[in-house]
Amino acid sequence: MAFNYDKYLRLEKMPTLWCWGCGDGVILKAFVRAIEKMGVSQDDVCVVSGIGCSGRFSSYVDFNTVHTTHGRTIAYATGIKLARPDKMVVCVAGDGDALAIGGNHTIHGCRRNIDLTMIIINNFIYGLTNSQTSPTTPKGMWTVSQKAGNIDPTFDTCKLAIAAGASFVARESMLDPKKLEKSMIKAMQHKGFSMMEVLSNCHINLGRKNKMVSAMENLEWIDSITTPKKKYDAMTPEERLNLLPTGILHEDTEADEYCDMYAEIQKVHQGVRKVITQDDFAKKI
Amino acid sequence: MATREVISTGNELAALAAVDAGCMFFGGYPLTPSSEVMHVISDLLPKKGGVAIQMEDEIGGICAVIGAAMVGQRALTATSGPGMSLKAEQLGLAQMTEVPLVCVNVMRGGPSTGLPTRVSQGDILQAKNPSHGDYKSITLCAGSLAECYTEVVRAFNLADRFMQPVIVLLDETIGHMHGKADIPTAEDVEAGIVPRKRFDGPAEEYFPYGVGFDEPAVLNPMYEGYRYHFTGLHHDKNGFPTEEIETCRKLIQRLEDKVALHEDEVESFEEFMMDDAEVMIVAYGSVSLAAKESIRHLRKEGIKAGLFRPITIWPSPAKKIKEHTDKIKKVLVVELNIGQYHSEIQRAAARLDIEGLFKVNGRPISPHEIVSKVKEL
Repeated sequence: MAFNYDKYLRLEKMPTLWCWGCGDGVILKAFVRAIEKMGVSQDDVCVVSGIGCSGRFSSYVDFNTVHTTHGRTIAYATGIKLARPDKMVVCVAGDGDALAIGGNHTIHGCRRNIDLTMIIINNFIYGLTNSQTSPTTPKGMWTVSQKAGNIDPTFDTCKLAIAAGASFVARESMLDPKKLEKSMIKAMQHKGFSMMEVLSNCHINLGRKNKMVSAMENLEWIDSITTPKKKYDAMTPEERLNLLPTGILHEDTEADEYCDMYAEIQKVHQGVRKVITQDDFAKKI
Repeated sequence: MATREVISTGNELAALAAVDAGCMFFGGYPLTPSSEVMHVISDLLPKKGGVAIQMEDEIGGICAVIGAAMVGQRALTATSGPGMSLKAEQLGLAQMTEVPLVCVNVMRGGPSTGLPTRVSQGDILQAKNPSHGDYKSITLCAGSLAECYTEVVRAFNLADRFMQPVIVLLDETIGHMHGKADIPTAEDVEAGIVPRKRFDGPAEEYFPYGVGFDEPAVLNPMYEGYRYHFTGLHHDKNGFPTEEIETCRKLIQRLEDKVALHEDEVESFEEFMMDDAEVMIVAYGSVSLAAKESIRHLRKEGIKAGLFRPITIWPSPAKKIKEHTDKIKKVLVVELNIGQYHSEIQRAAARLDIEGLFKVNGRPISPHEIVSKVKEL
């Protein structure tokens, strides 16, 4: 039987503001299926979004939802999670939102390893505001703010997250919704900071000026720059040059989660345990 | 009301007040001269099961606070002028989404990095409109050690009553002042807590922003079965984005009117030797302490001076100011900026002959300077 999405959607908000053929809808559907399969109550989930096309994600899904300011999803989510550590918080942000204006919160969210799931929808461009360069726009592409061609180097979202301390890091593209859904379930079930980069298309504001005028052409390009982690690992550095590995790239189930650690601070102040010292940690620096 | 005597500083009392008023969450970033608020509350909150987190920056601090407040907690942040500048956009989101919180600003010299360790009252106008757009700010200003406590308590109750951020202004002198203060007992403060309104009917009949034209939103705590939407966009009664003309107009007008039509609930001021005053000094914060001292000197010399001290700075006690300025010819505003509240007194008084004594070098104004200025009038 076909999956019934109605229960999880705010149907009166449909159709979405997203363009025809946009990948955001595929990602939204994968997210909804993941939640259904996890068996979590809608009342126990909070979805926090920022500004950009992805910012509208929160208004379409029927959970506790927060549409915040540009780049601040993780900072808001940190307050929400610490106030109710027993509940689930999922952030949805775009590449500009999470990696440019909100870059600081992204790296510190990873560092704290607080139990949030961060879904970064990376369409390689500022789509909503008409094609400005984002931190993931490939070099040499045309953008409205760099009409002579983009010279800004790109961030590797997943490498950044791993280096910053996220305990779960995965990359998928919307080309394979089943795999995306599976990785999302793993990301949300993981205790600690989960970074989930999802590559998506913006044929309207990235593709049209960069020889990918249709959604299909844009998706074919995404397909051409991605390869499963297993294959990627077996490649030479030259072969890897313009490829991004997909799948679960990093998973550490032993890392201390922030809310759990804060409970220890509460115990110290309540006189239940001694003060926390360096001896309490295997990895100190 | 029963009181207790404490020996403390203004910043420490602000932290204690928050905890006694039921605050369960603090988010902030170190910023002189406000950092002691974080130092103290990071011990007090975990003791009662709350959380104090030092975030990666000022913006993160207030975002986390708004997040915790959305969940239903009373939440505090503390900072100084540069931090207020950084928090401004999020204060706007809290105004728009009607999420209550308290923001303590211990004022230092500005603009920019200014005079980090010295006193100023340069953030008066910033407190009125920290963010872009239209809304009605509520700003309180502590004029004594005891008020660092009582005004923070009042701020929490006002925030929940009006469902918006409330700013409490301290200045470096008051924040770092160390001495004795008589403050209400924690039991009395707890008994005086007026919790946020909530809706208990069926979820399908819940409209968080569907309230009367002068009423604040009714925001149930998150995760309790009332799934709704927060957004900084113009929104309808359900909280969902809209550009419908009347809905947009009504929303912004309501943000203004929910405070403007109930100013009597917010108004607070002190009158010191005003009954027979022929010279009215207007001062607030630490400057009011010097003003009181100067009035005692002036009275000894036969000059009938009195002090009008606004405690609620925004909205200003404009009617009361006009009552006085209609009768008293000589009016002197004394403040540690170049006339930020002076312009408000001129507006309220509808007079352009209001005198000013201003200082912007990071040093306090002495009673002697005020006495000399009054004698010149």
